[in-house]
Amino acid sequence: MPSLPDPPRYERGDDVGGPRGLIAEFRGADALLAASHRMRAAGYGRLEAYTPFAVEGLAEALGLRPTRLRPAMFLAGVVGALAGLSMQVWSAVLDYPIDSGGRPLASWAAFVPVTFEMAVLFAAGAGFIVFLVGAGLPRPHHPIFAVPGFERATDDRFFLEIAGTDPKFDPSETRRLLVALGAGAIEEAPG
Amino acid sequence: MSEAVAHPAAEAPSGATYLPRDATYGSITRDIAAPVFAPAGWRWWTAFLVTLALTLVMIFAILWLFIEGVGIWGVNADVVWGFAITNYVWWIGIGNAGTLISSMLLLTRQRWRASINRFAEAMTLFAAAIAGLFPILHLGRPYLFYWLVPYPNVMTLWPQWRSPLVWDLFAIASYIIFSLLFWYTGLIPDLASLRDRARTRFGQLVFGAFALGWRGSARQWRRFDAFYWAMAAMAVPLVISLHSVVGLDFAAGLMPGWQETIFPPYFVVGAMFSGFAMVVTLAVPIRWGLRLETFITPAHFDAMAKILLMGSIIMGASYATEWFLAWYAGNVAERLVTQFELSGSYAPLYWLMLLFNVALPQLFWWRRTRRSLSAIFAIAILINVGMWLERLLIILNTLSHAYLPARWSDYAPTVWDWALLLGTLGFFTFLFVCFVRLVPAVSMHEVRQLAHAQAELEDDDAVLA
Repeated sequence: MPSLPDPPRYERGDDVGGPRGLIAEFRGADALLAASHRMRAAGYGRLEAYTPFAVEGLAEALGLRPTRLRPAMFLAGVVGALAGLSMQVWSAVLDYPIDSGGRPLASWAAFVPVTFEMAVLFAAGAGFIVFLVGAGLPRPHHPIFAVPGFERATDDRFFLEIAGTDPKFDPSETRRLLVALGAGAIEEAPG
Repeated sequence: MSEAVAHPAAEAPSGATYLPRDATYGSITRDIAAPVFAPAGWRWWTAFLVTLALTLVMIFAILWLFIEGVGIWGVNADVVWGFAITNYVWWIGIGNAGTLISSMLLLTRQRWRASINRFAEAMTLFAAAIAGLFPILHLGRPYLFYWLVPYPNVMTLWPQWRSPLVWDLFAIASYIIFSLLFWYTGLIPDLASLRDRARTRFGQLVFGAFALGWRGSARQWRRFDAFYWAMAAMAVPLVISLHSVVGLDFAAGLMPGWQETIFPPYFVVGAMFSGFAMVVTLAVPIRWGLRLETFITPAHFDAMAKILLMGSIIMGASYATEWFLAWYAGNVAERLVTQFELSGSYAPLYWLMLLFNVALPQLFWWRRTRRSLSAIFAIAILINVGMWLERLLIILNTLSHAYLPARWSDYAPTVWDWALLLGTLGFFTFLFVCFVRLVPAVSMHEVRQLAHAQAELEDDDAVLA
């Protein structure tokens, strides 16, 4: 097996790094959730979990910060709406006015559909970009993929990772705690 | 019906009847991913070759159109919109439904959607892309279609913002981009599953590239959920705006039978109705061809039949509203068009349309019909036909019977009209045939979530591992 790639950083906005941590396998979402709660209660703060589907309540159990993705989408939607509306008003009133029997040039009601479509398009596009950046994608290879058995994280296994930089981290003590919580295989985490 | 009301839990307690009890996370991944990795059988190759031939028919029909012009079609100086606009409205209706169905069922927490949303969204993408072709094809000078786009040009011209045709361009373009993002985002975790299951270097590279390095970390899932749900919430008004704009293409015209305020909502409901019928039409062969009986169950068809039933009732009410208002408004031309609808040149088609869209779906009141796969498949196909006829007759009845009696003339399609319709149907199926072999036709991560919710009821999710 080739040596692991250099950067120990995991994802943007993540402060995990430094010495190696542990990654423990669980057989069910509930077991993982319970273990996450217990690890947090035991004072561990730098936790990450890997699951084959979105487990409800997991982000709260790990104490993750809320994401600012939706405010960003909203903002982009407002920008899109303003861009769409101002493009129409500017061209219809200032740049290329057509006097059609004295009808108003700034006929805003007719500008609603394009304004709305632009708002949705901008919000969706910005949301996708913020999602990718926030999730640390695209990143085709990641050191975690080298953990034996990790390919089942997208199939039927649930993993809990404790960073080596966690102030509470102690290789043997943490391992014992994980075993007590019902973990299956426990491997060294590559970060 | 009475049982369902008496014991709502017996029908669908968070999807308990939508998965077999012995399903595990592993078996879900294995069964759904199997068609992607298994060698294609003779059934797939037959479908591939037949639809490829029809795709060639479409390409040829388009090429000949570009060479000869719209004169090869049955349109004439009075009936200026024929099959092309009919096909456009019909395809865009089908193209609306996938995203609408997927997002509405997500927002209302109908977990059974997990089995159908992936291919419903794929259906949307393919149908919307095909629909987008028709307005361009029906132009006299199709190579100038980009004049609808606002861009700095040497003619110093702008699009006419007050025209529904410009709204159409913005709505369709936004919608196709939006649907692609929605569909692809939902696909990323499943592509990661395929990457991790692929045994060939090529598969690992291709799936790995499209999975973008998805790891399924809690941080990723949190952002995934935030984005995906926000997209679902936006999809509903977007779809409604899109098909309303299509309705306005007609309603903003001054023709009898078109200038009606009911058109935008009537078109939206029609789109949902025909789209759901198309989902059923596709679900039956996909279920059979990919051996997905475990994931697309009679309970799913039952639920979809109820939605079709509701759609047919609303369609019936819409037709009745049109008749009533034509009479009540007292406008002679409107009344004549309605009379022409019911007894004119195309009356047999109109009555057939009423039979398919309104009368036949009433059979879904009976549980036996809803549980019979062949009955539901047959009715769904007839609804597709009925909705196509509806789109056709909206155009023909008005244009054949407008204000000036001197311009009353009938329309008859030519072989090129039929070739293009058949060709696009073939192309749509061709894209689908490719789709089911390239990516999982059912969302694996959502079915796992469904399985988890089901096990939660029994308070034991370890059985799934």
